[in-house]
Amino acid sequence: MSDIQKFDRADTRVRADEGLGGAVRGFVDRMRSGDLGVLPVLLGLILIAIVFSSLNPVFMRPANLTNLLFDAAAVGLISLGVVFVLLLGEIDLSIGSMSGVASAILGVLWVNAGVPWPLALLAALAAGAVTGFVYASLLNRFGMPSFVSTLAGLLALLGLQLYLLGNSGSINLPFQSFPIRFGQTMVMPGWLSYLLAVIPGAAIFAFGLQTRTLRAQANLSVPSMSVLIVKAAGLNAIILLAVWYLNQGRGVPAMFVFFVVIVTGMEYVLTRTQFGRSILAVGGNREAARRAGINVKHIRIYCFMMCSAFAAFGGVLAASRLASASRQAGTGDVNLNAIAAAVIGGTSLFGGRGSAWSALLGVLVIQAISNGLTLLNLSSSLRYMILGAVLAIAVIVDSLARQSRASHGRA
Amino acid sequence: MTAADDATPILRLRGVTKRFGAVTALDSIDLDVHRGEVVALVGDNGAGKSTLVKILSGVHAKTEGSIEFMGEEVQIDTPSRAIELGISTVFQDLALCENLDVVANLFLGQEVNPWRLNEIEMEVRAWKLLGELAARIPSVREPIASLSGGQRQTVAICRSLLLEPEIIMLDEPTAALGVAQTAEVLNLVERVRDRGHGVILISHNMDDVRAVADRIVVLRLGRNNGTFGPEATHEELVAAITGGADNSVSRRARKSEAVPASAEGGEGA
Ligand SMILES: Nc1ncnc2c1ncn2[C@@H]1O[C@H](COP(=O)(O)OP(=O)(O)O)[C@@H](O)[C@H]1O
Ligand SMILES: [Mg+2]
Repeated sequence: MSDIQKFDRADTRVRADEGLGGAVRGFVDRMRSGDLGVLPVLLGLILIAIVFSSLNPVFMRPANLTNLLFDAAAVGLISLGVVFVLLLGEIDLSIGSMSGVASAILGVLWVNAGVPWPLALLAALAAGAVTGFVYASLLNRFGMPSFVSTLAGLLALLGLQLYLLGNSGSINLPFQSFPIRFGQTMVMPGWLSYLLAVIPGAAIFAFGLQTRTLRAQANLSVPSMSVLIVKAAGLNAIILLAVWYLNQGRGVPAMFVFFVVIVTGMEYVLTRTQFGRSILAVGGNREAARRAGINVKHIRIYCFMMCSAFAAFGGVLAASRLASASRQAGTGDVNLNAIAAAVIGGTSLFGGRGSAWSALLGVLVIQAISNGLTLLNLSSSLRYMILGAVLAIAVIVDSLARQSRASHGRA
Repeated sequence: MTAADDATPILRLRGVTKRFGAVTALDSIDLDVHRGEVVALVGDNGAGKSTLVKILSGVHAKTEGSIEFMGEEVQIDTPSRAIELGISTVFQDLALCENLDVVANLFLGQEVNPWRLNEIEMEVRAWKLLGELAARIPSVREPIASLSGGQRQTVAICRSLLLEPEIIMLDEPTAALGVAQTAEVLNLVERVRDRGHGVILISHNMDDVRAVADRIVVLRLGRNNGTFGPEATHEELVAAITGGADNSVSRRARKSEAVPASAEGGEGA
């Protein structure tokens, strides 16, 4: 082909996976070695859709799916936060309570004290950041394992939530306000939803083209054009179809779009910044990261702060969704749903592997199951048991994939 | 650069001591490294070589003693301080992140463009660095976990060269390398020296050590046990390392001399 040897094609042992066929071959190889990516989640979603819609056709109706997405945003945001902590190989078991405290702060400041809601929101986020800072400091100073400190935090925060709410037990939030409309009714206008739907594909295509030119200039191999087109067009087609379907009912929730935008931003942080690289390094090999000059303690502080702040934000969204701040907020299955979502989406509990997308994909699975079971009129006792089993399965898949990667030498 | 500057060592250690609880791993070590000098650090297992390297790279804190860098006393209390000063290290355990790919490991902590990583520039520089070492790494986008021991060692060595350090410390860098690669690393050590940097090389291979070292510093049980020139004989070095003329290595050597048929000498350590 070209007379100048490409840097990354010099070694004859590397099979150059060119074009669509090459992409498929590479994909099969990755699957075999336990690098499953998003495949299990997509299969899971399809399976869930088939099972639940055959049990109750309402499940797949556009209006129900819109409902599902409204519910997904709050837990999704909590889950996005816990991804940062899981990537370090740590855990935060208090995210549910944190979200409950945040909703209580919102209620008390906004309704009882008359503070404007944006300030109340900021106060809730700040409370989250402080909580995360405490967990990270306990770990940095005293080596207190995060599952212990956050378990203690779970109880302490629950106490704080009850204290804040006082005797009333629940505070109703004003119905006509922006947060409540955002949480309950606001959907994207039709034209805007279609416009937004083509952005991901267009962005992939544009950045793909840019990467191709830059790599060619740098004398590196160039990813195939056909793969790029198939990826971008495929993504566009799927999203457009979904948006069209949702628009047959109530439309695409603004809250869910907001969530997706934040996920995209965090994915950028994790994969395209030094900060994100440092997080993955600390999760992969803490001592190696330290010797490379990374300040492990600071990374921990940032991650725990982001985790608790996102949990607080999720709590505020959940309160908007319910139009109330109550004693029940953030209790029950919120905690484990958020952690399960991250793990189901492909973030490893062992640290060093995962992505922001995992929160998005995982929360869709969790909410779909939860929503489907509710439609079947199953009591929450059964729902808890089933979701517990789903979490267990997700962790088993994670462990097996990890073992398989180890035996195939892929970290 | 003045003559006086040239005379000041890059690194001057006086009375460096390290205790791990009851164990004194290093006892009052003195060591100088000058510009354009390769100092070999030899000693048996457990002599304290790696501990010394870790103190100089900010991984462990010294218990006592002073470290001067470029004529000024410094406290190397964190790894980032050592990197800042221009001390870079290839650790015996390599210290790589298995979950990250080769490029990410090479540039860890030194990424190009922190808020918008320039993957393409990093990849090109990675290929060039690896090329300088004649490294046989099929793809720099594979996680470290998929590389062999020797390939990992090459990555760790490349990593230490990335920042144009003043002094580079290699803790048994050729232990897992093949014949050609070992020669490349020794060539590289000479090139780094010729550029006016200092090198501390730890190795168990006396031939390699004598081939590139300007001075050979022997550690034994955590103490200085003599300094030799490259012309030192194998027997002298072994005696200093093991602490006596009569030891298993010299006995084996005498035995094989007694049987003339066996051409191979007893290569010990
Ligand atoms: N982290 C540590 N804690 C306690 N003892 C240690 C530690 N690191 C090294 N040592 C001890 O210090 C001595 C020197 O070890 P090391 O520097 O690794 O030797 P070498 O690299 O020369 O083989 C050994 O006796 C070892 O047991
Ligand atoms: Mg050693």
